[in-house]
Amino acid sequence: MNVLQRILPPRLRPIALFAILSLLPAAVRSPYFLHLMILVLLWVAIGAGWNILAGYAGQVSFGAAAFFGAGAYASGLLAVKAGMSPWWGLAVGPAVAVLLAFPFGALTFPLRGAYFALATLALGEIMRHVATIWESLTEGMVGILILRTFASESPYYYMALALAAASVGCVEWIVRSRLGFYLVSIREDQDAAASIGIPTTRYKMIALSLHALLTGMAGALYMCYMGYIDPKVAFSLHDISIMAILVTIVGGVGTAYGPVLGAFVMVFLQEAFRTGGFGALDAVNKALEWRVLDWAIPYIKQAHVLAFGVLVVIVILAMPNGLLGGWARHKGRKRQAAVCSE
Amino acid sequence: MAILELHSVSKHFGGLKALDDVSLQVEAGETFGLIGPNGSGKTTLFNCVSRCFPLTSGRILLNGRDITRLPTHRVCRLGIGRTFQVVRPLKRMTVLDNVIASALLRARTVAEARTIAEETLEFCGLSAHAGQLARSLPIASRKRLEIARALATQPSVLLLDETAAGLNFTELAEAIDLVRRIRRSGTAILIVEHIMKVIMTLCDRIHVIHHGQTIAEGTPAEVARHRRVVEAYLGASWEAPPESKRHLTS
Amino acid sequence: MDVFLQTLVAGVLKGGLYALIGAGMTLIMGVMRIINLAHGQMMMVAMYITYVCFHYWGLDPYLALFISMPALFLLGVGIQKYTLNPLLKAESLLPENQVLMTVGIGMVLTEVIRFIFTSNYLSVKTGYSDAAFFLGRISFSVALTIAFGIACAITAFLFWLLVKTDLGRSIRAVAQDEEAAALMGIHVERIRSTAMGLGAALAAAAGTLLLPVYYLYPDIGGPFTRRAFIITVLGGLGSTVGAIGGGLVLGLAEAFGATYIGMASEEMVGLIIFLAVLLFLPEGLKRLTRV
Repeated sequence: MNVLQRILPPRLRPIALFAILSLLPAAVRSPYFLHLMILVLLWVAIGAGWNILAGYAGQVSFGAAAFFGAGAYASGLLAVKAGMSPWWGLAVGPAVAVLLAFPFGALTFPLRGAYFALATLALGEIMRHVATIWESLTEGMVGILILRTFASESPYYYMALALAAASVGCVEWIVRSRLGFYLVSIREDQDAAASIGIPTTRYKMIALSLHALLTGMAGALYMCYMGYIDPKVAFSLHDISIMAILVTIVGGVGTAYGPVLGAFVMVFLQEAFRTGGFGALDAVNKALEWRVLDWAIPYIKQAHVLAFGVLVVIVILAMPNGLLGGWARHKGRKRQAAVCSE
Repeated sequence: MAILELHSVSKHFGGLKALDDVSLQVEAGETFGLIGPNGSGKTTLFNCVSRCFPLTSGRILLNGRDITRLPTHRVCRLGIGRTFQVVRPLKRMTVLDNVIASALLRARTVAEARTIAEETLEFCGLSAHAGQLARSLPIASRKRLEIARALATQPSVLLLDETAAGLNFTELAEAIDLVRRIRRSGTAILIVEHIMKVIMTLCDRIHVIHHGQTIAEGTPAEVARHRRVVEAYLGASWEAPPESKRHLTS
Repeated sequence: MDVFLQTLVAGVLKGGLYALIGAGMTLIMGVMRIINLAHGQMMMVAMYITYVCFHYWGLDPYLALFISMPALFLLGVGIQKYTLNPLLKAESLLPENQVLMTVGIGMVLTEVIRFIFTSNYLSVKTGYSDAAFFLGRISFSVALTIAFGIACAITAFLFWLLVKTDLGRSIRAVAQDEEAAALMGIHVERIRSTAMGLGAALAAAAGTLLLPVYYLYPDIGGPFTRRAFIITVLGGLGSTVGAIGGGLVLGLAEAFGATYIGMASEEMVGLIIFLAVLLFLPEGLKRLTRV
């Protein structure tokens, strides 16, 4: 029996994490840090949504951007075109994303494996083109600019926290429910799943809708918070769709807390590269006055996309199932360990 | 009363007539054997009944209800459970979770499904493996897991596709015993098998198909004596001397 | 009528090069069973190699083929050997890891090139870049016509390779059934690497041939990767003949889309065709032609 287990039993850990995160804005005053935390929490929600569809139901999506952008644009356009509060977007955005998911799922679910993945990729790209070309509605490449409601970061932080907590709770609930059993069955063998009476198309649709819902809501919140989107930002293949996959893969596919861990790691890693180790490199340079660093620092900061790409490669090669490792319902190993320690 | 009825079922793949005008009826509570040489269309017939693919023509009735156009999962809900010839466990789920997933069809809650699943595993002699991942099971246990999964959906007709293939002597005896116990519980069984011992000892009636066509139907003893059956298995010129029966039953 | 014919010619010439891209992608698809989402980026690397050859050593782009193709062959083999083959052994929850890996490789290639050459637009201006000749009132770009001819020759060579040589037979065997091929004594991993190398070399050829009439910048890979997978799906995943048909169809569709709908919709046309094919003709053109 280890000490951690006695002080903080696994059951209470999520509550403890939530408590710490809720108190964070009171403890940390840095808006920059809060900004990063808001991004982390948004990615937790998107990662959780992707995890439901891909990690549990086995339907890999390269199209998170389609739903993220749909949510963001719904929110932004409500403000700019209809003169309503962008906060309506939090309700309308996910609804639009789900409405997009329904016909898309109905058309593409007969496709299996890589075909489905490619269809989602195409959906994201088509949405980006539509948003670029349909200037009368979306302002095209000019993008949409709205005024932020709150000057301070913390209201957004709490909203993102609520969304993230709700998505993780949603996954936790799914794992234990009928839905979870059915989704994992579909992932493992679709025909066998149908043969034990699981309506596979209906449940895949539920998974896709949850993916769209959570991603769309994150998109809407992103719009309200950042105040600016354009097609490149909102429908980005790399920065949204691929990032959604990475967040989950880094943390652990098919685990409830994988995306939480993955979001932390990915957002802070990316930021560390972008800022040269949060300014640490500059500080070291100032202290030591190495010429090499003078020359290298601009390059290192410039290379954050490269670092992202290298990270993709390394992550997949080194830990295809993520930091939290295991597969969903991989209880066998745990039980074995318990037997050994007796 | 016939629980499962096939009326003139045909299935063509392009020009190939995998099933050609096959009719049969499975009575409630009976064990019905389906045999035929390799490639005669047995598994195709299974796939047609469990609606894995559509028929070219014909009708299938379950309890008098037409299921010809229903999707697989609806057919299962109405009471057809099946196993796959090449076993398809849900590999990265535990054995118990595999069966819970199928017990959920009739259970209202996961807890209730868990109870059903545990009983089913007990019945199939898999309780000791409940916590193991399905892919770590040896083949004989995987085959039993297939049966357990089908049973947990509480079917009125159970389709067993070559459940005994590849088992050793002891495992075979256990498998036969399991099928007997399922039968005693009142479930009708439609069984496809190559191993004659299984068919001959278990079945009430046997239906023989060859090149997708019915060539005989009757009790095991009748079928074993049937001229066309012997021809189909041993070649047309065979005169059906007394040894033929030994071939069939060995 | 002239506009129509002109568009037709432009579409076919472009389609010939797309066919080359598609054939390379199909080769990889057939053997690896994955879509290589770094295909356009490989092509982009080849274009930069050609640029360097032209700009620093004054080598004509058509001669640069002899440098860019072998270079990309080696790059393809390396990528397969060190990043994709190891993945096939690792057990993971999602087979799509390989597709994701190619996305990562594509990003790395793009960013390395950006690092070296910056994001500036570059171009290779040869004497024949803007030259054209006329048949009736229809103009033919000299560079594109030559490129089309070379593309046809390379495609013919590919067919000869696949049908007549032992290497080709091995590649086709692995594409059909990996396990059976391995049992026949074929070194499957080496064939995979070779196929990846050949696919990359074909992409390199297309890139080099396009360079005299195209601008060059690091992000040019993305649109071409999209085109490549549209062509491959259009051609019915793994069918070389289908890929050539798919290349021509996409070239024509883009040309007509650009002429009659508007330049901005050029890429959209491809994506919409792609979705339509996925949904209504899941085996692509293969189903129509049965080859």
